[in-house]
Amino acid sequence: MTDLITPITMPKFGLAMTEGKIAGWNIAPGAHVDAGQEIADIETTKITNGYESPAAGTLRRQIAEEGETLPVGALLGILAEPAVSDAEIDAFIAKFQADFSSDSATTTQAEHADPFMVNVGDLTLRVQEAGQGAETPLLFIHGFGGDLSNWMLNQTTLSATRRTIAFDLPGHGGSSKNVGEGKPATFAVTAAALLDKLDISKAHVVGHSLGGAIALELAKAFPQKVASLSLIAPAGLGRDINMAFIDGFITADRRKTLEPVLNYLVHDKTLISRKMIEDIIRFKRLDGAVLGLQNIAAACFPNGQQADDLRPVLVSFDGPAQIIWGADDEILSPNSAKDLPATIKVTLLPQTGHMPQLEKAADVNAAITAFID
Amino acid sequence: MSKKSFRQAINEALRQEMQRDPRVVLIGEDIAGGQGGTAGIVDAWGGVLGVTKGLYTEFGAERVFDTPISEASYIGAAVGAAATGLRPVAELMFVDFVGSCLDQIMNQAAKFRYMFGGKARTPLVIRAMYGAGFNAAAQHSQALYPLFTHIPGLKVVVPSSPYEAKGLLIEAIRDDDPVIFLENKVMYDDEEDVPDEPYSIPFGEANLTREGDDVTIVAFGRMVNFANEAADRLEKDGISCTVIDPRTTSPLDAATILECVEDTGRLVIVDESSPRCNMATDVAALVAEEAFDALKAPIRRVGPPHTPVPFATVLEKLYLPDAARIESAVRSVMAYKKTKQDA
Repeated sequence: MTDLITPITMPKFGLAMTEGKIAGWNIAPGAHVDAGQEIADIETTKITNGYESPAAGTLRRQIAEEGETLPVGALLGILAEPAVSDAEIDAFIAKFQADFSSDSATTTQAEHADPFMVNVGDLTLRVQEAGQGAETPLLFIHGFGGDLSNWMLNQTTLSATRRTIAFDLPGHGGSSKNVGEGKPATFAVTAAALLDKLDISKAHVVGHSLGGAIALELAKAFPQKVASLSLIAPAGLGRDINMAFIDGFITADRRKTLEPVLNYLVHDKTLISRKMIEDIIRFKRLDGAVLGLQNIAAACFPNGQQADDLRPVLVSFDGPAQIIWGADDEILSPNSAKDLPATIKVTLLPQTGHMPQLEKAADVNAAITAFID
Repeated sequence: MSKKSFRQAINEALRQEMQRDPRVVLIGEDIAGGQGGTAGIVDAWGGVLGVTKGLYTEFGAERVFDTPISEASYIGAAVGAAATGLRPVAELMFVDFVGSCLDQIMNQAAKFRYMFGGKARTPLVIRAMYGAGFNAAAQHSQALYPLFTHIPGLKVVVPSSPYEAKGLLIEAIRDDDPVIFLENKVMYDDEEDVPDEPYSIPFGEANLTREGDDVTIVAFGRMVNFANEAADRLEKDGISCTVIDPRTTSPLDAATILECVEDTGRLVIVDESSPRCNMATDVAALVAEEAFDALKAPIRRVGPPHTPVPFATVLEKLYLPDAARIESAVRSVMAYKKTKQDA
């Protein structure tokens, strides 16, 4: 009967996630759940995320209590049909717990990949790799003020059959703080050099916000390197940008002043965690970080508007291209995705802000998987 | 980013600032040699607890000055060097030794900017160990930050963790005023993630290590860890605490303390320095004056008794505040009910 029992275990949302806290159960014991239904909220040090049920069934046991912190892979609950007896479930739990304690340490270690540093020209870039396989690799490019952890809910999922690369742009995260001219075209050259350095001749490119504009510049300057474009709330397709976000991100240096600025990023404001704010404040304290952001903002958004119009690049791009945008984006308007050729697929996600890859990670992952597979 | 100890974080801050700015020099007793040194190995240890290890080898005798036991002269020399263009970091070893060189600090370094009409700069850092719990007896265990906080013209830093120590020490070295930087000697082996790159944390900005609705706990230096521990335990019983680490006692982020007390209505202050005229009394006075109407219960101070730090281990343990004492202070203010009707 054990094939009728589905263990619900602590998910691994990001590569760096080693444990999570049950912020709350959404389902009471005894209730039926559908596959994909959000059954619990899991809080990591970075973000709180809904946990979708891996299967359909009746939630027979809630093993983890609300507020409890458990390692990735730990047993949270049991899904089974009513026909399965309590004794069978008890036996299943006992076996699971015995196996888990003995092999959990090794699996966690094997899956965990630390970011590493790569020298590209006179820059040092912090890079996170995941996955392997024959499929064309995938490159993530984050946006203004972001870093590779922006892809924490995407990289693992999209690494199932391919190599994936996330990195910190110059001036961001753990990379060199020298941003050069600070334009999307500048960063596209860096991204191309990084691909060369990693021996990747061609990649699917996923770019978010300013990273979308960088992806377009990459497609323009190095079309042979770009297998497809998935642009998430991209810059470069319109003139307007919420400068209260850009200016606030640069100047705010305390939690109280930064939090309202970060609230622009998401539709569900509770997603902006203490840890996320603290991480950004810590990044901004690094020597040269604020100067780098100022230089990028001056180069990309002079006079409160986007400097580069990359619509022609997108229209003339040879390969497949798609756009994913949050309907409630408060930083770049999804209206910029209008009036594009019909060959460019546009996915508009309701009740979603400027970071769909975090806020609607499952939808974004599905859209990208369907698009590149 | 990697895990670094409090000791390594301070060492890295010194090294990176010495690399960045040739005017940064170190001066102090045993900072090149010290315990464990033998003839021919000048840099065997790097200070009594190994904080400056490796800096003599990297920067040489021109920038790392080992001095005789002569606080009055080398602190005086550091003050003079700061007034004339260098950015010295002097190590007083144990802060208890300040008695031998207080004039150089109190009447000279702290007064220059004021007495020279704002035209003098004294970019001096004095590092020193403080605190009980190391079984180092009464003359090597005091927490004298209130003494320095009392003196206008000094900035006073009491870092609470490795991350904080690195950023605050870099800020101290870049500051143009004399800064007293106090390291709790029990914390040198504490570890946490500390960025490899240089970074600075501004003075006068408190850090909230916990945020809650019921009680505000203000704690200094090592006591921040105990306050966090108490807050985490209390959270399980449904009492949620804000923990404030002021980072610097001078300047003091009064605004953040007042805002938090206005939110919670209850205040517990944890200060391991002697209880008369210390930071706890200072913060209590501030809140009593500025936020009296917000208070739902009396302010509670958690601190040692007004005695020298005892040498006997059991007594020293009794002397120091710990998480349990903070927890019971929080419970007492939560249990407080006003017995008299408001007039």
